[in-house]
Amino acid sequence: MSATPKISVRNVAKTYGHMTVLERVNLEVEEGAFCTIVGASGCGKSTFLRMLLSQETPSSGRIELDGAPLPGEPTPDRGIVFQKYSVFSHLTVEDNLILAREFERSRLLGRSFGKGRKAARAEINDTLEKIGLGAARLKYPAQLSGGMQQRLAIAQALLKRPKVLLLDEPFGALDPGIRADMHELLLGLWEELAMTVFMVTHDIREAFKLGTRILVFDKIRHDPQAPDAYGATITYDLPLNRKDAGPPPELAGLAVNADTSTGASA
Amino acid sequence: MRIINRKPSRVTSVALTALPFAATIGAYALASHYRRLENPADKLLPSLQQMGETFWRMAFVPDRRSGDLLLWLDTYDSLWRLGMGMGVATILALSLGVLIGFIPHARSALAPYIATFSLIPPITILPILFIMFGLGETSKVMLIVIGTAPVMIRSVSQEVMNIPRELIIKAETLGASVMQMIFRVVLPQTLPRLVNAMRLGLVPAWIFLISAEAIASTSGLGYRIFLVRRYLAMDVILPYVVWITLLAFIIDRLLLLLSKRAFPWHHLGGESL
Repeated sequence: MSATPKISVRNVAKTYGHMTVLERVNLEVEEGAFCTIVGASGCGKSTFLRMLLSQETPSSGRIELDGAPLPGEPTPDRGIVFQKYSVFSHLTVEDNLILAREFERSRLLGRSFGKGRKAARAEINDTLEKIGLGAARLKYPAQLSGGMQQRLAIAQALLKRPKVLLLDEPFGALDPGIRADMHELLLGLWEELAMTVFMVTHDIREAFKLGTRILVFDKIRHDPQAPDAYGATITYDLPLNRKDAGPPPELAGLAVNADTSTGASA
Repeated sequence: MRIINRKPSRVTSVALTALPFAATIGAYALASHYRRLENPADKLLPSLQQMGETFWRMAFVPDRRSGDLLLWLDTYDSLWRLGMGMGVATILALSLGVLIGFIPHARSALAPYIATFSLIPPITILPILFIMFGLGETSKVMLIVIGTAPVMIRSVSQEVMNIPRELIIKAETLGASVMQMIFRVVLPQTLPRLVNAMRLGLVPAWIFLISAEAIASTSGLGYRIFLVRRYLAMDVILPYVVWITLLAFIIDRLLLLLSKRAFPWHHLGGESL
């Protein structure tokens, strides 16, 4: 493991106009960590993830990736899975998966034809089998179940072998049974590819089950006259041992809160 | 059962569709019949048979003066102008719409300009077009372009902006360049909605086509209608109006069919008009 952390967040704040969403966020994450991020709705955990993706930029402070400032826009070194709209609705399953390869090979149009496309489609056979979509390769995403769509989204996000994988409530809309399958798939891939993972979730049990480290976002400063004056920050940063899955006593109350939250995206 | 949950059977559905059409034709036939009882030479509401004969003559009997089959000549000329106008408008809508919707600098430069331009009543530009391009085909095609393109451009740019941002970001994380994103994400996501914009644009396109032909032309469906108006020739005008409507309907359905064939993924959820 290298001396420089994979991701380092230094005193980051994010404000929209007069509203402070995040403030004084400091974090160092070593390579290969699986960070789960929890917190109440609207506490800025999705904003934090979007900053890691460069979809948004911090209002102050800096974020470093491998010791260098984060690029100003999304790049292939960070993969992303959203809760919705994660795959391309106009492409079939297999075409969703060869898209990255097509971008590499056809610089102008990003489209391959004939033999090149056939070869690219053959290359993804293993991936398709692994995510259980071999039989559905010619279907459009709208014809797939929610779980199948997210399996496709994860596989697609990993095509460029990103060093960091960002997940924004990826299983929020799935049934509990399907969620468990998705957890297996995700953990398997994480171990195989040695990625650093950040995952926002509303499900506290999921956070404890999957993470090697849990980050809890919450507001610690309140001004009753100006509720927007202060933002949330990381209030708990706990290493997790996967063997004794389950929230520690001091977070038991939080677990109840998170379970009853609406599940709306923050 | 509540009426919102009751679906008509296939036969009922067809019958219900035919009903208002049949009622209109029936009402016309009745009114025409009583008018002609009073005055057999009535010109305002000619009989269905008389209109049929006139239509047949326009379609299949060469004109005594020019030797042309007038209906087909008019139809060809009008559709040519409509097609050229819509073609240019569509190309403009697609290229400028993608620029405005996708690239913030282009949006700042062009969106307010196009919005202003689209507020000019196109028909007021017609005299300018006639002065600039003469009375030929160019000014008629230009009128259709000016009348339809601004609205179509705005519609396409809005559709481009409505593409979920997640898809664009996903493409960026897959290493796509701007051109690649335009060709592989933005255009495919926008094209089915462009077809919709074309279907909506066809309505003003027909208005401006007929207007331009009525004012200065020597052929075309609009020209013919306004020519025979001088002789109160309702037996020509009414079938022509029905014919124009039928053409517009067929073009609209063809575009819908094209959309369903070319973009099956877009029509997976729910029915559309």
